[in-house]
Amino acid sequence: MPFNILVASCVAYVICLFLVAWAVERRADRGRMGWLRSPLVYTLSLSIYCTAWTFYGAVGYAARSGLEYLTIYIGPTLVFIGWWWLLRKLVRIGRQQRVTSIADLISSRFGKSNLLGVIVTVIAVVAATPYIALQLQSVTQSFGVFASPTQDGFAPPDTEATAIWVAVGLALFTIIFGTRNLDAKEQHHGIVTAIAVEAVVKLVALIAVGIFVVWGLADGPGDILARIDASEIADWDLQPGRWAGLIFVSAAAVICLPRMFQVMVVENADERHLFTAAWAFPLYLFAMSLFIVPIAVIGLERLPTNANPDMFVLTLPLAEGQGALAMLAFLGGFSSATSMVIVESIALATMVSNHIVMPIWLRLRPSQAVSGDVRRLVLLSRRFSIAAVLALGYAYYRMSGGSTALAAIGLIAFAGVAQFLPAMVFGLFWRGATRAGAGLGLSVGFVIWAYTLFLPSFGPDALLSAQVFAQGPFGIDWLRPEALFGVLGMDPLIHSLFWSLVLNTAAFLLGSLLTFPGPVERMQSAAFVRVFDGPSAGARGWSRGMAEPEGLLVMAQRILGDDDALIFFEAEARLQGKAGYLPDPTPEFIARLERRLAGSVGAATAHAMISQLAGRAMVTVEDLMAVASEAAQIMEYSARLESQQDELTRTARALRDANEKLTLLSVQKDAFLSQISHELRTPMTSIRAFSEILTEGDLPAGMVTNYGQIIHDEAKRLTRLLDDLLDLSVLENGSVQLNLELTNLSQMIDRALAAASHTKAERSFLLYRDLPMENIFLRTDADRLVQVFINLISNARKYCDAVVPELRITVRQRAGRVTIDVIDNGSGIPSAHQAIIFEKFARLTDQTRAGGAGLGLAICREVMANLGGTITYLPGQGGAAFRVSLPLRLERKAA
Amino acid sequence: MARTRAPLFLRPSLYRLRRRRDAARLLPVLGLFLFLLPILWTPAQSVQRDTAPDGVFLFLAWGLLIVLAFVISRSLAMPGTGDDRDPDDDYEPDPETDDGGSR
Repeated sequence: MPFNILVASCVAYVICLFLVAWAVERRADRGRMGWLRSPLVYTLSLSIYCTAWTFYGAVGYAARSGLEYLTIYIGPTLVFIGWWWLLRKLVRIGRQQRVTSIADLISSRFGKSNLLGVIVTVIAVVAATPYIALQLQSVTQSFGVFASPTQDGFAPPDTEATAIWVAVGLALFTIIFGTRNLDAKEQHHGIVTAIAVEAVVKLVALIAVGIFVVWGLADGPGDILARIDASEIADWDLQPGRWAGLIFVSAAAVICLPRMFQVMVVENADERHLFTAAWAFPLYLFAMSLFIVPIAVIGLERLPTNANPDMFVLTLPLAEGQGALAMLAFLGGFSSATSMVIVESIALATMVSNHIVMPIWLRLRPSQAVSGDVRRLVLLSRRFSIAAVLALGYAYYRMSGGSTALAAIGLIAFAGVAQFLPAMVFGLFWRGATRAGAGLGLSVGFVIWAYTLFLPSFGPDALLSAQVFAQGPFGIDWLRPEALFGVLGMDPLIHSLFWSLVLNTAAFLLGSLLTFPGPVERMQSAAFVRVFDGPSAGARGWSRGMAEPEGLLVMAQRILGDDDALIFFEAEARLQGKAGYLPDPTPEFIARLERRLAGSVGAATAHAMISQLAGRAMVTVEDLMAVASEAAQIMEYSARLESQQDELTRTARALRDANEKLTLLSVQKDAFLSQISHELRTPMTSIRAFSEILTEGDLPAGMVTNYGQIIHDEAKRLTRLLDDLLDLSVLENGSVQLNLELTNLSQMIDRALAAASHTKAERSFLLYRDLPMENIFLRTDADRLVQVFINLISNARKYCDAVVPELRITVRQRAGRVTIDVIDNGSGIPSAHQAIIFEKFARLTDQTRAGGAGLGLAICREVMANLGGTITYLPGQGGAAFRVSLPLRLERKAA
Repeated sequence: MARTRAPLFLRPSLYRLRRRRDAARLLPVLGLFLFLLPILWTPAQSVQRDTAPDGVFLFLAWGLLIVLAFVISRSLAMPGTGDDRDPDDDYEPDPETDDGGSR
């Protein structure tokens, strides 16, 4: 086909794509996305995984290594049917954190560290160069194949010139396509749709060639199977190491490739699209791989042995005279290559501008972060980045000679981006992953990959001398790039993959285990790992009132564009219940603004820019932590104070109680003293009076006897009073002599009842006793105990105010102790007085008719204490009730 | 850190939902098993011409996985179950308290 027609059709195809993208952008601007945001478009855009490597290279791969090409599609299939594990989380985080690239994801996860962003960007750019070179090479080769039979004097340029033209054309196209504007969320609806169209084109083209081969050249599937067995492909033997290793590396690549990340996470419009992509994308891969082996077999059969198997898709229809089919295949390959280059270079350019250019510029001219036109700078840096990425790809193509098998080049790129895997996967699932670990792992993996795979891929004496290959650097044998640590006989790719990932993971884990994450890092790690646990807990912490809203608005306008920024600010102001465009700089608002800006310039840059205005950005979180720990200390302190205060309150209450008791007692004591003096005085007075009368003599004998009797009675009363006082003081001193013996309790109660019956002998009590229970022998001082009983019973006789008085005596025996309850049915003792009835001189009434001095219960208490027991008032028994409790067997005191 | 105790037994609908999620998690394991099987029956230096049967097997396994993935993701996307914010998800990594915190 004439070269100029070929070029014209390519240009026409590109213009078609451009129109599609342009129309979609216009629809998107008007907010009418409709089916453009469907899961179908999402799935088709994912097919950007299938590049020219798939379209051309897979057939060559199959012709050279049989079914091994399938590993490249099996890996992604496993990742997608296992979407519930990883992709779901990845997409959720990507949307929540407004991630703009894989570098942004890793930098954001590890505390918005820009250093990590730079490392990831560098790795991604270096790893992408062979991949872009692969696309250039395939397009150039297809031009070479297609344009060769010219007769009209328009000679096709040589391959080098073609490659340059292809590279320049693609760069221009991508720049026009991808950097027309700086989207708020870094989504490119137009490009995504164009890619979906290209996905259809390449699928249709490949399947068309496949159908032509299977049913046109061969005789259907059965015949194809027979021919496979007859061809040299059948000699292929599965190498387990490569088989498993390639499945792994392709699975890693589909997650880590910058362009896959771009379409899968950044351009994702709705998380539910994953539900469809989970099976539809594997189906797409299935369809793409189905006809690869048949095409390879028939190509090997029919084409001359020196034909490049990478170009079978194109050369087979050409050789069979199917010009139109060949044209379709050519366009399919062209679209595979262009879509890959467009998205890859956009993704890389975003990373370069967000993680390298912007930080440097911010560092150099911090004041301009606010006033300068950031949008222009970002767009400009992206355009230059796109050009640079393509230039690097072209350089790789030139240096590698442009003749290597496509699949071999692609695998180098795969192994390169697979270095992101440990940092990313551990970062998503392990909160202990730290920035230092990630940086260490990525660097180690990158260096080993570059040394063992990337640099050697240029061939001996290109970048590494042949001597290094043979003997290692400086003659160190075990550092040979293809036999690290003396491991010989491994496939070079698997060798590099193995060592780079093993040491990468080891360095990452070791670094993470040994270092301590900073505050921002720890908050980000929580937000990432626990993304499904409720609302986002990302690192906020902008302090209130530090930033001027005007300044923020000016900066946001520079990045988002005037209209978008104003709309955003107005919405925020409305959210705060304010009119106008200037919301209060609350921490929530600034955090949302940061996330919005991060959608355009990346998390690290947005963070840095806002910190220019809001100030103390990095410090704020640390300050917060400090404040939090101070607050914790204060809380602990106040808790301690509180418990101390509780204790004080308890003590104060006890003191108050004691004081009340003392006051009451002192009042009672005063009353008692006056009373006792009165009591002492009354008998003394009558004794004195009657003894005076007696001394005067000449009295009748009857009178003398009478007066003598009175004097005697009064003296007895005095003696009893003094006895009581003496008794009490003896008991209190503990110097009382106890006369321990075994006595029957029932008998003791009998004695007490008999003795007490003299008190108020005129009252008759109903008596309730439990004789069987009373029949126990106690070892105690019987006289003292009876004294207590007498006291209680006579108290009851004295004070029980019931019309039909009753007395109940119950006895219980438990655990070596006996309790005796003495209960009457009177009105009892008011609770206010229960506390003091056992005190000395305590008297509840002023009645003196019983002649008591208020010492009875006090003596009882002292007696019981001496007997190893207690006497207590039992409230709530329907009358006055006293409980006497004492040991069954009292042992003599050791003293 | 006080955590509310999850109920020990679930109502049937929630139980089915969790088993569907389990199925979604298990599917890649099945896939890996199927795709690694050829390693077992393909000795490194076989003389047999077994590329074609291997290919047929791999594509059949692939098709099976796609069908299963379709069925599972459909059942997970049913209304009322699509919400993947799963506070009830017992297989999420243990929400450990902050590692190595300064307290």
